[in-house]
Amino acid sequence: MAGLGFEETELRLGLPGGSNEAEEAAAAVRSSGKRGYAETIDLVLKLEPASAAAPPSEDDEEVADGVAEAQPSPAAADGQLKRSPSQCSVVTAAQPDADPEKPRAPKAQAVGWPPVRSFRRNMLAATAERGGAALVKVSMDGAPYLRKVDMGTYKSYQELSKALEKMFSSFTIGNDCSQAQGMTGMNESKLVDLLNGSDYVPTYEDKDGDWMLVGDVPWEMFVASCKRLRIMKGSEAIGLAPRAMEKCKSRS
Amino acid sequence: MSGAAEEADSPPTHMSEDSPGSSSSGGSGGGRRTPDLRGGDNGGGPRASSSSSSAPPDQVLDNVLESVLEFLTAARDRNAASLVCRSWYRAEAQTRRELFIGNCYAVDPRRAVARFRAVAAVVLKGKPRFADFSLLPDGWGANVKPWLEALGPAYPCLERICLKRMTVTDDDLGLVARSFPGFQELSLVCCDGFSTLGLAVIAEGCRHLRVLDLIEDYVDQEDEAVDWISKFPVSNTSLESLMFDCVGAPFNFEALEALVARSPSLRRLRVNHHVSVEQLRRLMARAPQLTHLGTGAFRPEAPQGEGMSVSELAPSFAASTSIVCLSGFQEVNPEYLPAIYPVCGNLTSLNVSFASLTAEDLTPVIRQCHKLQTFWVLDTVGDEGLRAVAETCSDLRELRVFPLDATEDSDGSVSDVGLQAISEGCRKLESILYFCQRMTNAAVVAMSNNCPDLVVFRLCIMGRHRPDRITGEPMDDGFGAIVKNCKKLTRLSVSGLLTDKAFAYIGQYGKLIKTLSLAFSGNSDLSLQFLFEGCTRLQKLEVRDSPFSDRGLLCGLDYFYNMRFLWMNSCRLTMRGCREVAQRMPNLVVEVMEEQNEDKVETETVDKLYLYRSLAGPRGDAPPLVKIL
Repeated sequence: MAGLGFEETELRLGLPGGSNEAEEAAAAVRSSGKRGYAETIDLVLKLEPASAAAPPSEDDEEVADGVAEAQPSPAAADGQLKRSPSQCSVVTAAQPDADPEKPRAPKAQAVGWPPVRSFRRNMLAATAERGGAALVKVSMDGAPYLRKVDMGTYKSYQELSKALEKMFSSFTIGNDCSQAQGMTGMNESKLVDLLNGSDYVPTYEDKDGDWMLVGDVPWEMFVASCKRLRIMKGSEAIGLAPRAMEKCKSRS
Repeated sequence: MSGAAEEADSPPTHMSEDSPGSSSSGGSGGGRRTPDLRGGDNGGGPRASSSSSSAPPDQVLDNVLESVLEFLTAARDRNAASLVCRSWYRAEAQTRRELFIGNCYAVDPRRAVARFRAVAAVVLKGKPRFADFSLLPDGWGANVKPWLEALGPAYPCLERICLKRMTVTDDDLGLVARSFPGFQELSLVCCDGFSTLGLAVIAEGCRHLRVLDLIEDYVDQEDEAVDWISKFPVSNTSLESLMFDCVGAPFNFEALEALVARSPSLRRLRVNHHVSVEQLRRLMARAPQLTHLGTGAFRPEAPQGEGMSVSELAPSFAASTSIVCLSGFQEVNPEYLPAIYPVCGNLTSLNVSFASLTAEDLTPVIRQCHKLQTFWVLDTVGDEGLRAVAETCSDLRELRVFPLDATEDSDGSVSDVGLQAISEGCRKLESILYFCQRMTNAAVVAMSNNCPDLVVFRLCIMGRHRPDRITGEPMDDGFGAIVKNCKKLTRLSVSGLLTDKAFAYIGQYGKLIKTLSLAFSGNSDLSLQFLFEGCTRLQKLEVRDSPFSDRGLLCGLDYFYNMRFLWMNSCRLTMRGCREVAQRMPNLVVEVMEEQNEDKVETETVDKLYLYRSLAGPRGDAPPLVKIL
């Protein structure tokens, strides 16, 4: 990649240790655990958008990282000597603002970093697939940060709801316990209980990317298809959970 | 392969040259061979001996010399002995039993075979370690075939082959089975290229097989897996070790059970994830003498609840009083962990690093493992779990904490807090590998002071260029303390925000360092200069994504012949610099690996450089992406 090379040999100010190679050589492609060279190829071709787009909303922790990463963008946008036009345009076309609903694009990952053997990565991935650890992000509207839960550690909706309650209890407004309503889906009512009539509805994103109400399908099926959990404000959940909404209203 | 590595025995320390107590790059299987003191012909292989009873004086001396040299097992000592004079060279060549080749391309197999006439065991290492992280192009090399083709005719009595990071095909395995009728031990670590077909050939063809250890290999999955376990002949009753946790294919369990039942010498058994907890119980009943057990998935046959209970499994462990090493647990339900309590008090090695367990799950187990020396775990155990380890395992020698989520922006559940706790509780620590997201110089300094016996220190702060999380400073002082205070250190991996200062320290104090790994570190070529000039014992240097240019590379010219290899990727090297090295160092092979680019423009930049000393000259089997200068 001619462009990369000349980039690397030119003088540039930067933080100590804030080498730009990583960012430039890095790829948007998260290591899929595949061995071999194919990844580095993908890597180089896809590199600019991810690094240029390095979203400003990065973790505050990574200040040094964030600053170092900001470096490539201005330089790259200058359209360096041997950089081919196609690369230029890729660089300057900034990422659109990330949809707050959707998970942020992962920061540009470097191939083989962190240095965990592909063997181990594959093994852990296979185990997770076969039913080992299945870490899922849980967000709650209004909460300042997200949590992660291991779906494998729960055996039922009840256990999950208890755990979520523990995690987010500090954020729910109003803790009035109300009686479970009727027998229309024991699972569902427990979850509504969990959120203590505070107008929150648990939803999840499934494998297809659709947002579904928690509680409709058998537990195992839910665990297998759940990619992410979101505890939505009732007012936003209208399309998703009409019954839940009615229950909340009828109770209060 | 040093004896120490075998005693510790968690998988990839196998064939590691870093084990404390290994005096050189690979000894032999220390002390296993009793020297033949018969004098005269040692029976060690072809010799040009004069047979008359009144042997000329130097003949007698040769015999004596050979008998004495039998006691030398470490390769380093043998190498030294062989340099004394011609007769010592010859005597040593006749008596070397284990051939250790740290880089399969460093010497032509025919040349090795011509020199050493009486070899019983061969250890071969192939690809550079960064191949494990997908940094090497496919088809790069390290095929074992040319070696086998030379070893076969030369050493018909060969008993043991150990390969690490080599490509081994099913045909190659067939060649092994055919070439060595008395073959006993096959050990493949991080290898690839073979399938269950090849395993079947080994099982069936090597009638005296005692050891078949498959450790972290990439076994090809074919559509129709061969049931290789059934191929062990009924006449084979001498199996001592069978490790196949990396073989993903299913197999006939009854065949395994029968094999275990007829192998009274079986000490080490590691099964794959197709073995349920119920089946494990049957195996343990057949082999109560096991010392090393890999439990596979450790899950019940039935998915939820109806399987065996903990109380039914525990007696199996209670009966296995010899178990000192446990691993597996790949799909473990934490509720089953109490089953292993009966053996915890005897355990010296525990590997739960494929199981996502929390401190709550693990602490009850850890609290019983007073004798633990080796512990491999996932970071899900958290600082809290590590504290429990620190409080209980005062004899701990080796700790590895792996990340469950191996990405840069993961949460990371362990930190400097855990490291500090370990340093305070495990004073005898010799080897540590620690993945984290948050670290402080203070914790690293503390470890350098509390654990003076450290031989291997590998800290991976996963976020690139991360400074001290409290002070915001680079991690220079922490690593500086490690090299200064840990006077036995031979292996070091650094990470986090590092300036040239860190490398000044390493060059100044790291006099025993043999293996060094850097990533995303340093400011300038000064770093490389410090390293080359200071680390006089440096043998293996791996560098990635650091701002080093040709100038830094050329600092190493005077030192490359003392090293096994140098690897550099994604730095600032150019073809000019690499060509200069190649020109000035005729006994170095300089490999440059091209980026595949659509323009097919010849670029000046070098993305991957791998150079190594070699007596064999440029190899002929390099794929098109690899250019040898």
